[in-house]
Amino acid sequence: MRVFRKIAPHTLLLAGFLIAPAAFAHDFAAGALKISHPWARATPPGAKVAGGYLAIENAGSTPDRLVGATISIANHVELHEMAMSNGVMQMRALPQGIEINPGTKVELKPGALHLMWLDLTTAPVKGSTVSGTLRFENAGLVPVEFVVEPIGAPSSGHHGQ
Amino acid sequence: MLLWIRTIAWALLLAIGFASAAIFLGWWQVDGPGRYTELNGGVVTPGAPQIGGPFTLVTHKGKTVTEKDFLGRPLLIFFGFTHCPDVCPTTLFETTNRLRQLGADADRLQVLFITADPERDTPAQLALYLEAFDSRILGLSGSQEQIDGAIRAFKVYARKVPTTSGYTMDHTASVIMMDGNGQFRGMIDYHEHESVALAKIRRLIAR
Repeated sequence: MRVFRKIAPHTLLLAGFLIAPAAFAHDFAAGALKISHPWARATPPGAKVAGGYLAIENAGSTPDRLVGATISIANHVELHEMAMSNGVMQMRALPQGIEINPGTKVELKPGALHLMWLDLTTAPVKGSTVSGTLRFENAGLVPVEFVVEPIGAPSSGHHGQ
Repeated sequence: MLLWIRTIAWALLLAIGFASAAIFLGWWQVDGPGRYTELNGGVVTPGAPQIGGPFTLVTHKGKTVTEKDFLGRPLLIFFGFTHCPDVCPTTLFETTNRLRQLGADADRLQVLFITADPERDTPAQLALYLEAFDSRILGLSGSQEQIDGAIRAFKVYARKVPTTSGYTMDHTASVIMMDGNGQFRGMIDYHEHESVALAKIRRLIAR
C-alpha cells in the first residue's frame, strides 16, 4: 500500500508527461527523475542475454536509487557495471543499485553501467519496442519503453553519427 | 715536428682500426655468421611474445581441429561467450563489417571465435549464435580442459564471476592476430579506430 500511495501522484504526473511530448521525445518522467531514450540492441539467435541502456537525470533535491527493473521479455534483470581493464572486459553485479544524486545525470550505456536482461524469453527484434518497469527507492515503479536498435548500434543509440 | 706527425698518424691508424673492428663486429652479430637464428639457439625473433601454441577444439559444425589445421592462413582470434550483452556481439559485428570491407582478401584470412564458456556454449549454441554474422567466422568450443588449453596457449584472461542469478565471464576483449606460420603478430583492441584495425588486418594478410 505504501508503495501505491507513493507512486500515485507520480503516475498522474507521468500520464501528463506521456500525453504531451510522446510524439517527439522518447523520455519518461517520475517526479524529479527524467529518464531519456531507453534502448537496447537486437540479439543474435540463441542469445540469452541483452543490455538495456538509458539516462536518468535527477532534477530534485533528494537522492534516489535505481534498485531494480523488470523487462517483458526477460525472466531476470540485474544492474551491472562493465569496465575495461588492460584489455580485459570485467562485469560486476550491483546489488546495492545505482545512486542518482540531486542535480546529476547517470548514463547507462554500452561499456559501462547497464541493465542486464537475463534469460530472455523472446529475442528483442530490431525496430520493435520492449516494455519494462524501472524500480526506484523513492520514485517507485516507472514504466518505460525500450527502442530496439540493430546489433552493433553505436553507444549513443542514436542514428546518423 | 717529426714526432708530432708520427703520433697523429698512429692515433689516426688506431681510430680507423677501432672503427673498422666495431663495424665488422656489428655486421657479424646482426647480418653475418654470428646473427641470432633458430640454428644457433634463438627460437623466435627477439621481442616477439610467445603467444599461440598447440590446441585441440571442436568447431561449431562439430569437427575436431588443432592449430595445424590453420597453418598457412593468417588468423584473427577472439575469445568470448554468447551470454555476453555487449563486447562479444559488437566484436563479431565489427569483424563481419571488416571482412566485407576486405573484399576478396578476406578469403585469405580465417576468423576464430573461441568460447571462454564451454559449459553453456556448445558447438550447436555457437552455430545458432553465429548465424547473425559473417559465415566465414568459425566458432570453437570443446571440453573445459580443451578450452583451458587454448586460453593458456594464447595467454588470454578468462574467469567466471558469480552474479545474483548465475555467472558471467571476465575475458580478454582484444582480437589476436597470428600469421600463417603460427607467429603472433599483434592485437586489435576493443574500440580500436576502424581505419587502424583495417590497416592492421591488411598488413597481416600481406605478409
